[in-house]
Amino acid sequence: MLYFVARRLVSALSVVLVTLIATFALFFVAPTDPAAAICGERNCTMERYNEIKANLHLDRPKVQQFAEYTAGIFVGRTFETSGVKQECTVPCLGFSFKSDRPVTEMLKTRLPVTVSLVAGYAVLVLTIGVFVGSMAAKRRGTLGDRALMSSTLIMSSVPYYIVALMISLYLTILYPILPRGSYTPISENPGKWFAGLITPWLVIGIYNCTQYARYSRGSMVETLSEDYIRTARAKGLSDRSVTYKHALRSGLIPVITIFGLDIAASLSGAIFTERIFDLPGLGNLVLQSLETYDLPVIMGTVLIASVVLVAMNFLVDVMYSLIDPRVRLS
Amino acid sequence: MSTPAPEDRKDTMVGTAAGEPAPDAAAKRGPSIATREKRQGTLNPSGETPYLVVEDLTVKFPTADGVVSAVNGLSYSVPLGRTLAIVGESGSGKSVSSMAVMGLHDRKRTKITGSIRLGGDEIVGLPENELMKVRGDAVAMVFQDPQSSLHPLYTVGNQITEAYRVHHKVSKDVAKKRALEMLDLVGIPNPIRRFKQYPHEFSGGMRQRAMIAMGLVNDPKLVIADEPTTALDVTVQAQILDLLNNLQKEFGSAIVLITHDLGVVAEMADDVLVMYAGRCVEYGTAEDVLARPRMPYTWGLLESIPTVSAANERLQPIKGLPPSLLSLPSGCSFNPRCPYKERVKGERCTTELPELLPVDGAGAHTSRCHLHDKASIYEAEVAPRLG
Repeated sequence: MLYFVARRLVSALSVVLVTLIATFALFFVAPTDPAAAICGERNCTMERYNEIKANLHLDRPKVQQFAEYTAGIFVGRTFETSGVKQECTVPCLGFSFKSDRPVTEMLKTRLPVTVSLVAGYAVLVLTIGVFVGSMAAKRRGTLGDRALMSSTLIMSSVPYYIVALMISLYLTILYPILPRGSYTPISENPGKWFAGLITPWLVIGIYNCTQYARYSRGSMVETLSEDYIRTARAKGLSDRSVTYKHALRSGLIPVITIFGLDIAASLSGAIFTERIFDLPGLGNLVLQSLETYDLPVIMGTVLIASVVLVAMNFLVDVMYSLIDPRVRLS
Repeated sequence: MSTPAPEDRKDTMVGTAAGEPAPDAAAKRGPSIATREKRQGTLNPSGETPYLVVEDLTVKFPTADGVVSAVNGLSYSVPLGRTLAIVGESGSGKSVSSMAVMGLHDRKRTKITGSIRLGGDEIVGLPENELMKVRGDAVAMVFQDPQSSLHPLYTVGNQITEAYRVHHKVSKDVAKKRALEMLDLVGIPNPIRRFKQYPHEFSGGMRQRAMIAMGLVNDPKLVIADEPTTALDVTVQAQILDLLNNLQKEFGSAIVLITHDLGVVAEMADDVLVMYAGRCVEYGTAEDVLARPRMPYTWGLLESIPTVSAANERLQPIKGLPPSLLSLPSGCSFNPRCPYKERVKGERCTTELPELLPVDGAGAHTSRCHLHDKASIYEAEVAPRLG
C-alpha cells in the first residue's frame, strides 16, 4: 500500500513539473512582450521599456529565468521596480502585470470559490446521481427507469451553459425562487456561503447527476447479474444490503473512474458556472487575465489547476485501491 | 501479498479418508433394498421421512420468444443425511428447479407453481421477508464457480462472518470465532491468516472450500450443491467431493447435488433423478439408476462416459441436441434423439407423453418411457457396450 502511494506520488509530481515547464514556455511563445505590456501603449520610452525588462530579468537567459521562477515558488523572490523593492513571499508566482498584486495572493482568494463549487458538485453527483442510478438498475425496465433514462438524454442534449443561463435568468432574477449566486468565505459565514452557492450547485449538480445516474445504472445492472450477488442473496441478506453493500461496492469502480476524468472537466466547466452566477472563482480570473494577456496570472492559474487535477487523480487512485483490494497488487 | 501460501499443499492431504466408502457409511445409507421394496409408492426411493419434498413443481418465465417452462411437474424428496443427485444436460432445468427451492428467482418474472416443503413448511408463495430467513439458514447453496461466486472485494472471513450474522444476532468476535472454526473444518490450513485474505489470494480448491464453509456456517438442514466441482481440476474435484461427504456425515444434512457428471453421481449420490427438458425421466436409488437404468436417455448418459477399458474406442455421444424449451417435440421430449423409438408400436413416442411409472410395475424406481422390454434391451444391448 505504501509503495503504491509512493509510486503515485512520484508520477503526480512529474506531471506538475511538466506543466510548470510547459506554462513557462508559454511565456516565450506568446505573441506578446511582457515588458511592452507593462510599459503600456502610451508614454512608453525605450528607456523605461529596457528598465522593466531588466527588473523582470527578461534580459537574462531563458533557462536562468525558469530557474528563478521555479526557485521563487519554494524560496520567494524580490523584484525591484524603479528603485522600489517588492517582496514576493513563498510560494512566489510573480506579480500581476495589470494589478501589480502578487499572483499567489490573487489565487488564494479565488481558489476556495472554485473548490467550494466543485466539491458541492462532487457530493451531489456521487450521492444523488449514484443513488438514482442504483434504483433504476434495480427497477430495470419499469416506467420510472425509462423516464429517468429518457430525461438524461434530453438533459445531455441541451448545452450546459444554456440550462445554467436560463435558470439564472428565470429562477434567480425574474422569479427569484432560488437565491442568486454569490460567494462568502465559509470561515466568515457558513450560512451565507451555503446560500450563495446552492443555486450553482443545484444547476451543475443536477445537470450532471443525470449522467452519473446513467453510468451507475449501467454499472449496477452489470454487477447485479454477477454470481456473487446471487451468493449474497442465497445467504439470506436483505435486498438493501445486497444492493448497497455487495453490488454498490463493485458498481462504484467504473463510476469512480469517470469521476476522476470528470473532475478535470468540471474544473474548466466551472468557468461557465462562475461567469453565469457571478462567482469570483479561478475560472473568472482566467477569463480576465486572458483578455489582458496577464501572463503571470495565467501561468499561476494553469499551475494551480494542474496541481488540483493531479491531487484529485491521486485521490481517485487511493479511493480505487480502498474499494478494490486487487488494485494494490498491479 | 498474492503468493499462494505453501500450506496449499495440504489440499492434497485432507479428506482422503473418504476415498473408499467407510463401513459405517454403508450402514447409514438408509434401509436395505429389501426394506425399500416394502415401502413402495412413497415419493422417496429410500422410504425415509423426507426433509425436502418437491411436488409437481413448475417454473415458467417469459422470454423475448415466449414463455419458457424450464421445469415441468417435477417431484422428488430428500431425507436428512441422504444425497440426491439431479443429473441432466445444460438447460434440462436442474439448476432452475433448485433455485426455486432457494427462492432465488426474480419474483416478478417467474411463475412457480406446485409445492416445495422444507421440514413440512411450504416455500412456494412465501413472502420475500419470510424466505430471507430460510435462505442461508435452513437451506444453503454451494455454487458452481467459486471464483465468480465469492465477492472479490470482501475478505473471505468477512463473507463467512456476514453469512453467520445474518441469521444469528451475535457480536463480530463470536461470528469470527465461528468462521475460523468453519475454515478449519473444511480443511483450510492456517485459518487465522486465511480469514483476512481476499478470494483472489486463494487457489481454486481453497476457494471452493471457503464457499462450502460459508454455506455450512449456519448448520443448514439442506445443502444444494450446484455443480460444485465443475470449475475445479480433477484432483481437487475428488477432494471437494470427499469433503462434502464427510461434512454430511458430521452435520447430517440433506444434500441436493446438481451435476452432469455421472462419475460424481456414483461417488456421492444415494438417490438419482435424471432430468430431460424440464421433466424427470428417471428416478430411483443410485444403485437402481446406475446399475439398472430403464430409460434410453440414461443409457445415453452412461454410454458417453469414457472408461479406461475402452480407452481406444470412440466415445458414444447422445446424437442431436437438447430440444428448445420453447418448442418441445410432441410426445416424449427425448424422441428425436432416441435410437429405440421404432421399437414402440404405433407412433406413441411422437404422440403421447409417457408417464413416470415404476419400472417393474411397482416400486420406487420410476422412469418415463414407452418401451415395454426396457430391462431386456438394457441387459442385452446396452450393458455389454458399457463394459
